Amino acid sequence: MKKLDFILNGEQVTLAADPLKRLLDVLREDFNLTGIKEGCGEGECGACLVLLDGNLVNSCLIPVGVVEGHDVVTPEGLVETERGKCIVEAFADAGAVQCGFCTPGMVMAAASLLETSCNPTQEEIRKAISGNLCRCTGYDLIVEGIKEAMKRGKEVW
Amino acid sequence: MQGKISDPVRRADAIEKLTGKARYISDFEFETLLFARVLRSDRPRARILEISVPELPDGYYYIDARDIPEGGRNNIQMIKDDWPVFAEDEVRYCGETLALIVGPLKEKILEILSEIKVTYDDLEPAFTIEEGLACKGGAIVGDDNIFGRYHLVKGDPASAFKGAARIIEGTYRTGFQEHLYLEPQGMVGTWEEEKCTLYASVQCPFYIRKAVAGALGVPATEVRVKQTITGGAFGGKEHFPDVIAAPLAVAVNKIRKPIQLVFERIEDITYTSKRHPSRITIKTALDGENNIVGMDVDSVVNGGGYESSSLIVLQRAILHGIGVYNIPNVHIRGRAVATNTFPSDAFRGFGAPQGLFAIEVHMSQVARDIGLPPAEFKRKYFIKTGDITITNATMKDEVCLGEMFRKVDELSGYSKKVKAYDHDPLKGIGIAFVNHGGGFTGNGEQSIIKAVVEMERLEDGRAGLYVSTVEMGQGLQTVLRKIAARELGCDYRDIVYDNPDTDKVPDSGPTVASRSTMVVGSLVQQCAKELKGRWAEGVGTRTRKQYRHPEGLEWDQATLQGDAYPSYSWGVNVVEVALDPVTYEIETRHIWSVFDVGVPMDEKIMSGQVSGGVIQALGYAAIEKCEIENGRFRQHTMADYSIPTSMDFPETRNAFIENPYEFGPYGAKGAGEVVFDAAAPAYADAVGHLIGRKICEIPVMPEKVMEALRK
Repeated sequence: MKKLDFILNGEQVTLAADPLKRLLDVLREDFNLTGIKEGCGEGECGACLVLLDGNLVNSCLIPVGVVEGHDVVTPEGLVETERGKCIVEAFADAGAVQCGFCTPGMVMAAASLLETSCNPTQEEIRKAISGNLCRCTGYDLIVEGIKEAMKRGKEVW
Repeated sequence: MQGKISDPVRRADAIEKLTGKARYISDFEFETLLFARVLRSDRPRARILEISVPELPDGYYYIDARDIPEGGRNNIQMIKDDWPVFAEDEVRYCGETLALIVGPLKEKILEILSEIKVTYDDLEPAFTIEEGLACKGGAIVGDDNIFGRYHLVKGDPASAFKGAARIIEGTYRTGFQEHLYLEPQGMVGTWEEEKCTLYASVQCPFYIRKAVAGALGVPATEVRVKQTITGGAFGGKEHFPDVIAAPLAVAVNKIRKPIQLVFERIEDITYTSKRHPSRITIKTALDGENNIVGMDVDSVVNGGGYESSSLIVLQRAILHGIGVYNIPNVHIRGRAVATNTFPSDAFRGFGAPQGLFAIEVHMSQVARDIGLPPAEFKRKYFIKTGDITITNATMKDEVCLGEMFRKVDELSGYSKKVKAYDHDPLKGIGIAFVNHGGGFTGNGEQSIIKAVVEMERLEDGRAGLYVSTVEMGQGLQTVLRKIAARELGCDYRDIVYDNPDTDKVPDSGPTVASRSTMVVGSLVQQCAKELKGRWAEGVGTRTRKQYRHPEGLEWDQATLQGDAYPSYSWGVNVVEVALDPVTYEIETRHIWSVFDVGVPMDEKIMSGQVSGGVIQALGYAAIEKCEIENGRFRQHTMADYSIPTSMDFPETRNAFIENPYEFGPYGAKGAGEVVFDAAAPAYADAVGHLIGRKICEIPVMPEKVMEALRK
């Protein structure tokens, strides 16, 4: 067990944990942040995406020891921000949600894309969510959701 | 006042899913939760000689068939009850459940599992359809390995073939397909209020109740099933959860504490049912003018080690065996064969995609053999309203295939491109037409399911909706609310529709077979209509409706003759592809579709169904390879079993035609499966057109394209 300090959704947190425990399990079990999901446990599906210092990472591949002193944002944190709210509203109106299991990860990927490029092309949007598997939508309406967020979010990005 | 029912609304479940607040089964907290793992057979076919279990630490349990209480049966009560809860003397497939290990720590459970030694007497297994038919190693079931066989005859096929000028034959094969719902299988069993209670990610809460009641030997009402938000299913959470629920319930019954059984992804891919592989041979008899005079179809599906739903899947495969065509003389033979693979089971389309793949690809190949463009040839044989079907009834649907073809042709430019690409070695275009019977086969809705729906006036102008059909991503919670609200004249958000709990809702049937909107939705509409009339009776007023088959439909289940389905949904897909001449990879350039689902209950939800269904089918056709090696699925992770990503296929361009169905709510018909049916044959037709060779098997991998081109 090791004492770890990091910033979680904007707040300083301290935790005693095995540094090799997966960040996914720490967030879900120790902080009850269950917005991220375990879809595969090997970094293929993107359902467990979080932002680590602003970069998208699969939390199933990150030992929690790595986040010591760093900044972690989960879907619960993101959707409280203006940008997060914009994506949530845009996805809801675009019909981008079906079973919902991949959805929080998609929201994280969308936020990360719009963070770096506020006017992405269709191709760039598809590339940005290519690490997120979805079995329900065929991706078309998720792409629409991101375009909608891009349109509505002129001021927030 | 109101706009059209098709006008999109925001899905009722969108915000909680988007904000991460939606709780799936592994997000629930239970006090003193124990965990379970399955001890599985690692042999495809063997007699069990001995299972040696180490002494277990306190608080850990080994649960097997001996723990089934008196009166309970070691058979899972599914459509057929041949699948044991726990294997006792023999195993028929790799991964068969031998026992559960239950305890408080996951790591310790894994340690115990690794210390258990099972001694087997191995028998020679059969894996492929051919090995199953040849009874390799001796018959697994009966004396011929056939779970069941059917014959359909229309007209006089024998004479048609005798007098034929030419016979064209092809054999078509489809592979296993894994559902790969994003949320793996999972449930938690608890002992609550003196009842075995299951919280489960499932499509059919009442199926589980029946399976568990049988295993425990108690009346069904002594079991409670609460559906939790379900992260995708596609048929994979139709019957298969019974295979998890029954042993879990035996453990809960003994231990009386909450127990969680959630699969990891590798376990889920390796040890859950897949779509039935198929081998279908079609012979077409032509007269001297190249008109089709007869067809002979021989369909075989690989059922795996236990029958489960294989015969019902087979029925759908043969009932869709000549697709959308009116052929005068037809013989169809169908067989489901036993092998030592993991038992195959329900997957979106339920046999129809296999039958439709074969007939559509075959019709295109016959067209090319006689020198006609496929669409032109196929259109000559489109079934029309009033024509005789394969089950010797009249086609009662308003068939709009001609209009649908014109529409897709306008969108895609198919007719021009198919000629132009004849001379282009790097481009191809394919087309497929399909229909899909909505609801249970024949009169199953009336004779087996007998769906019931209830509604109730609640406080504050709201109304409660009580059904057992579930939201699994397809949008049902929004669609049924819209139907009820429209009838009541209220906002759809004022309809209360919780995830089904078998203690609180009537049995409106399983969430399968494209029946939820058409059949359950119609009962919702009737309940809401009556409730509106009786609204003044006050809070607590309840209405209840039971399914009644539309008049004028006849069906004989013993002979499979009559009106095979209450109605059909129809579809056409066009797929355009290009070849990379260096890697032999096929790039899908464009996808178009036109569907007739009666009246879409929500354009956006329906559009999501189309995109999702078409892309899932293109995965099936192009990239989802799933092979058997020594009885196991060789592909068992998301890295080696590839489903489409956002980069694999372009956007789909879709249109609907409105063709209201008299007995569906606001004209709706089935929609969830027809959207899957046409893309795979359209893709195979496009690749065949591109390379100028016959593509008879999916998935079409680049190595197959290379082999075909080098021949």
